[in-house]
Amino acid sequence: MTELTTMTSAHQFCTFYLNHLLFGVESQKIQEVVTYREMRPVPLAPPVVIGLMNLRGQVVVALDLRRQLELPERPSNMTPVCLVVRAAGGTVCLLADEVGNVVEVEEQTFEPSPETLSKRLRSVILGVHKLERQLMHVLDTDQACEIQAIGQGQSSGA
Amino acid sequence: MNDSDDIVKEFLVESYENLDRLDRDLITLEKNPNDREILGSIFRTIHTIKGTSGFLAFDKLGAVAHVGESLLGRLRDGQLVLDPEITTGLLAMVDAVRQMLASIEATSVEGERDDSELISRLTRLQQPPEASAKREVAPVPESISETAALAPNIGDILMQRAGVTPAEILLAAEKQKEGDPRHMGEILVEQGAARPADVVDALQVQQAARGQSASDSTIRLDVALLDQLMNLVGELVLARNQILQFANSTEESGLLATSQRLNLITSELQEGVMKTRMQPIGNIWSKLPRTVRDLALGCGKQVRVEMEGKETELDKTLIEAIKDPLTHIVRNSVDHGIERPEVRQAAGKDPEGRLCLRAFHEGGQVNIEISDDGAGLDQDRIRNKAVQKGLVSADQAGRMTDREIVNLVFLPGFSTAEIVTNVSGRGVGMDVVKTHIEKIGGTVDLQSKPGQGVMVRMKIPLTLAIIPALIVTSAGERYAVPQVNLLELVGVGGGAGRQGIEMIHGVPVYRLRGRLLPLVYLNRELQTDAKAPDATSAAPAAKTDLLDFAKARYAHEEWLGRLRQVLDGATTMTVEQAGSPTQCALGKWLYATGLKEYSGIQEMPQVEAAHKRFHELVREVVALKAQGDTAGAERAFTEVGPASRKVVELLTAVERKVLECQNVNIVVLEADGRHFGLVVDEINDTEEIVVKPLSKHLKNISVYAGATIMGDGKVALILDVLGLAQCSRILAEGRERLQGEEVQATEEGANGKQKLVLFAGLGGARMAVPLKLLARLENIPGAHVERSGNQWVTQYRGQILPLIRVSHALEERRHLPPGEDVLSLPTTSMLQVLVLENEHQSFGLVVNQILDIVESTLQPQSPPTRIGVLHSSVIEDRVTELLDVPALLRAGEAYEPAEAHAAKS
Repeated sequence: MTELTTMTSAHQFCTFYLNHLLFGVESQKIQEVVTYREMRPVPLAPPVVIGLMNLRGQVVVALDLRRQLELPERPSNMTPVCLVVRAAGGTVCLLADEVGNVVEVEEQTFEPSPETLSKRLRSVILGVHKLERQLMHVLDTDQACEIQAIGQGQSSGA
Repeated sequence: MNDSDDIVKEFLVESYENLDRLDRDLITLEKNPNDREILGSIFRTIHTIKGTSGFLAFDKLGAVAHVGESLLGRLRDGQLVLDPEITTGLLAMVDAVRQMLASIEATSVEGERDDSELISRLTRLQQPPEASAKREVAPVPESISETAALAPNIGDILMQRAGVTPAEILLAAEKQKEGDPRHMGEILVEQGAARPADVVDALQVQQAARGQSASDSTIRLDVALLDQLMNLVGELVLARNQILQFANSTEESGLLATSQRLNLITSELQEGVMKTRMQPIGNIWSKLPRTVRDLALGCGKQVRVEMEGKETELDKTLIEAIKDPLTHIVRNSVDHGIERPEVRQAAGKDPEGRLCLRAFHEGGQVNIEISDDGAGLDQDRIRNKAVQKGLVSADQAGRMTDREIVNLVFLPGFSTAEIVTNVSGRGVGMDVVKTHIEKIGGTVDLQSKPGQGVMVRMKIPLTLAIIPALIVTSAGERYAVPQVNLLELVGVGGGAGRQGIEMIHGVPVYRLRGRLLPLVYLNRELQTDAKAPDATSAAPAAKTDLLDFAKARYAHEEWLGRLRQVLDGATTMTVEQAGSPTQCALGKWLYATGLKEYSGIQEMPQVEAAHKRFHELVREVVALKAQGDTAGAERAFTEVGPASRKVVELLTAVERKVLECQNVNIVVLEADGRHFGLVVDEINDTEEIVVKPLSKHLKNISVYAGATIMGDGKVALILDVLGLAQCSRILAEGRERLQGEEVQATEEGANGKQKLVLFAGLGGARMAVPLKLLARLENIPGAHVERSGNQWVTQYRGQILPLIRVSHALEERRHLPPGEDVLSLPTTSMLQVLVLENEHQSFGLVVNQILDIVESTLQPQSPPTRIGVLHSSVIEDRVTELLDVPALLRAGEAYEPAEAHAAKS
């Protein structure tokens, strides 16, 4: 019984969009999804760090997934959503464009990332699930919550 | 399975606690060998360990405890008298037990060990020495049952309560002696001397007498649980702050009253929870008598430890943090402070030295004093040592008070021990103590009276979880500054006549009661003042900050140097270039930003006029030179100097005005004994804040100590004052210069001697760099030099070492030997390289020849002649230029080949 539930939940993904691309994180890694609130910027921090937020008395660091995945900057008129994630290093808030549904997938639809993806991105994007309409990128939650070494092609002014 | 794990865990916790007490007890016992109560307590502890280890099948542990117990039994029975040898033996036994417990904790087995030597030693000790045979007295009949070592034994109780006669008890005792394994009670019941109910009764009485009452009123708690509780209370405090703020803005009297009540309860709860984390300092002190004893025996000294205020409590994490520093100070006292008995006697002191530990609360802090009645510190030696090691100059040392002198021992790299013992004197000592104490927000101070001893006083905050802090605003965001680092607040400017901020070579300082206080601009440090980090770009950028003027002046002076080069024929310049007031660096700044930015200042048009005049003169010089009239050009050049000075003077005047107009809030802070002013936009309030750790993503930004949530629910960052101070000295360009300035200041002011490395630059010119910057002297084969960008580099110890050629970094690069391209690789087979370290950055300085290392008094005899040179002075009868290493580094970085080519053509 317990084995069965872990089996199914491992294939349950919470989806969200970034630059019109569909992404998924294992749903059990998501603590909650909250609306965007004012962030406290942290000077001198890497650009990926959007700031700190107060999550019911807990100070949580917020990372921009677009910057993390080297996607174009979010248009200024778009309010992101906050996915609060339980990562290996503690609770982290990831900013996405929009939340999608929770989807259940079969193992056979999975395919690992192609070799042509940069090494760093391959460590974050484990692969894709071929859904009926779209490809769902599967994120490694722990990697997505890591700050990569400085010098990633991240322009602060973009 | 789990059950036995729990039992083992329980056993370990209990045994550790007992062992700590055991160390202390044994030392006390040595002082007072007839204290039966302590003896009984020791005996019982060992007995318990023996019993439990037998039960849990830790045989080796059991064997050691058994032989120890037998020895203790003899002592208790009076068959032996405790002497230092026995004490040492017993302490060794305690150590062995402790090691085994540690091994059990780590691996759940006792580990491979051979205790036979220890066991035989302890067995040998059980034989009474011949000399003390007279001390042998008949065994006291009280020791019938070993379990009842201290508490009234069961026989006594039964005699009193159940009417058992002494004769019956003696009979039973005889039986036990003969080897009857049963308990006294059982034998008595069998003999019919006592009823089973009486025995049960008596056992209860005995149990109560053994002082089990303490364990009834206390429970053991997991620290993690307390930590969690502490976190929750922290959040409650935040919620309360928010509610209070909200309630104060309403008229609702009910809400107001309730929030007041909530306020009170929260405060009390906070206090209560804090108390649960508090531990008496005696917990760590208890280990010290043992340390002192071993050490004193080792150096043939006699030391008595006195403790006062053992019950003084402080936070558990702090207790842990001060453990090592405390031990270090105590070791130092015994090793260096307290003299040998014969020396003490000769000085008219008690041969036994006294080490006193004292702890007490004062002003929300815990004071811990460690004092000895030893020889005190030798101030002359400290002074000499400090001067010899170059930590202070001789002149500075001469002006220092006695107290300042003794506190020099806290400087890194200081150790007065002439012989390095295994105890102390390895150069890492008091400075580590100081860093440790300061890390937890404490302070440490040392007082010494020659011949009378030393007292070290530490002041430690009660807790770290909730701290008072000053809230400041910078670039629209709030920051919390821990109040421990705060000295005072100063508001500058606004009104006329008040002394404003001044500049030393581009570095802002403020005159605070006659002393110069270096200033750190928070928004500049956090880079929140400018969006684009252009601090490194060579051209004076359109940045509206105070350093504009420094840069503008610098650009102007550089230009003047270039004109000199033109005259010398090293480079050329068109008349047009020379005469245009808009094409030079200063002109660009002036017309792009300077005039606009500072239009309100009346001197500004004068600057422009002076600058135009300067260029007219320059045009004349260049024109004359172009016509071949060198003498006329030289004559004209003499007029350029004053004109240039006029420009600089005016710029300085404007700068002063700008600074005076500024309203500045300075938070005066102390970090690592150095004072500095933090310039912030606004000073808000003081508040009790709950420290939240930063996530690991931000841990490596040293300027933050954590985060906190403010009353309005917003997050604020807590500044790490120490990190900020370090950061501001390392990162910003101006700070480096400040350091150079300080070095220069001490050199000039104190006439102190300094060690220098002398070497020859291009054309045999003598130059020097301070020896303290030198890491190594190397010969690097020319073939090993590679090019990276427009820089020479070499692989050095697995790292890339940038090489800076002295001849190129200085302005001499314009005198390049014909045919040598700036970027061409070295032609010589071997390069002499000084590997220098500046601000944790290594680089190699390629010199023509290394000459000597000299110690010299630096008397600047002429101002710097060019960039990269601090000043020239006469060393060993030759004019020598002292290089400005930070400036050289910058010059090396900003070195552009295009510019060099232009200069060459």
